[in-house]
Amino acid sequence: MYVAVKGGEKAIENAHAWLAEERRGATDVAELSLAQIREQLSLAVNRVMAEGSLYDPDLAALAIKQARGDLIEAIFLIRAYRTTLPRFGHSNPVETGEMACDRRISATFKDAPGGQVLGPTFDYTHRLLDFKLAADGDVPKVPEGSARQEPTPHITEFLKDEGLIQDEPTSDDTPGDLTREPMEFPANRPLRLQSLTRGDEGFVLGMAYSTQRGYARNHAFVGELRIGKVAVEMDIPELGFAIDIGEVELTECETVNQFKGSKTEPPQFTRGYGLVFGQSERKAIAMALVDRALRWKELGEDNLGAPAQDEEFVLSHADNIQATGFLEHIKLPHYVDFQSELELVRKLRREADARITSKEVAE
Amino acid sequence: MTDQTEFAIGARRDWMGLLARAPDDTLMTLWDGIETRPSFDWLRRPEIGSVMVRGRTGGTGAPFNLGEMTVTRCSVVLQDGTVGHGYVQGRLKPKAEAAALIDAMMQTGAADEVQARLLDPLQQHMQAVKSTRAAKAAATKVEFFTLVRGED
Repeated sequence: MYVAVKGGEKAIENAHAWLAEERRGATDVAELSLAQIREQLSLAVNRVMAEGSLYDPDLAALAIKQARGDLIEAIFLIRAYRTTLPRFGHSNPVETGEMACDRRISATFKDAPGGQVLGPTFDYTHRLLDFKLAADGDVPKVPEGSARQEPTPHITEFLKDEGLIQDEPTSDDTPGDLTREPMEFPANRPLRLQSLTRGDEGFVLGMAYSTQRGYARNHAFVGELRIGKVAVEMDIPELGFAIDIGEVELTECETVNQFKGSKTEPPQFTRGYGLVFGQSERKAIAMALVDRALRWKELGEDNLGAPAQDEEFVLSHADNIQATGFLEHIKLPHYVDFQSELELVRKLRREADARITSKEVAE
Repeated sequence: MTDQTEFAIGARRDWMGLLARAPDDTLMTLWDGIETRPSFDWLRRPEIGSVMVRGRTGGTGAPFNLGEMTVTRCSVVLQDGTVGHGYVQGRLKPKAEAAALIDAMMQTGAADEVQARLLDPLQQHMQAVKSTRAAKAAATKVEFFTLVRGED
């Protein structure tokens, strides 16, 4: 029997009023503006854009404010908003080789053309709390060098020229889109990359770390990591040609991995690929490692039974909005379900008690 | 296609791209400085939507869907029949309107004025911002030097 009950409207209304007050915090402390969040918590904004799968820093800042800094809640808000937008179309694939790089490093080639450009990195900081930041926000004058005029070439291009790395042949195939059609397995690489780039950073990081610890180890080097802005170009039907419709900041990671060769391929390096909205290098490196682990079948490698090789496991659990939706729904009222389970347990207990009693009487 | 039309397409592509990428406040301030604006009718009123941004596997391979970005677009027609299209990043409808009107005006006798008073300063501002970032990046380029050579 299903019993519908109604109630709690007043309680819900009051809870939301209190939520708004708690969100604001103490009113003698200045209120955060969206511009402050966008400018000063930019890596949180980047994460919300990447996993919300919508590049719009102002919207991400609003979502972070509304969610009281709960980034998964903020990502949820962005995903929900995204579904209300009409889609005008798709861009041409971005040219990451044309990126205006803020940062570009290689762990494999010290003297790569374009050099090792550190950019505004946390690397080489001592990770000691800086109490000066608590007192004031003074910033040092940033030194300037002589700017590079030409684009920075991809490092894997050099290995490719020698034939030492597996090629990534260009195609103009239309990629599947998991926001339009539910994911089916086996998924191809474009779908896997779409799933990973919007996947939860912590989950993708954990999966990547598992490959480093030995679960389907694939000996990755960071061939190249670059962060910067690229123009986004789209064909406009009413014009009959393509124009830039904006520009986005991206983090791109290409790993170079050992490969013993297979029946059809000589020994060579292979690649893992990560590309993420914003400055998100932990996520981009992790994405590249997981991408490489998931490529075992097409590269003719053994299935070692490692979690990171199991695309159904990885891709079905990478999305934090799906995960949190299912996880958190169990806190919503399940009174009737639970009532029936309660009845069942009581009945079993009565029967068990009866058996014990009758046994004692027999003795 | 003649060289002439290819040249015209190239120029239009440049100004439309510049307007799409322009920072909101910079463009709107410059647009406020243009006093003589043509009257127009809407062909398409400003609408906010998204565009799916694509990347390529390995940077060069097959396309994949990376995620969407917000875009606002609109189209206008001037009294003389000139059509202007605005496609700009973000959700600012007045910016899309300005972009469409500028696109239309650039196809009329107002082109020189719009170029000199709006597009040129906008281009210079955006180039300066970009150059400053590139110069800061250049200052973080690692210069390696040899500590010890192991020959002895």
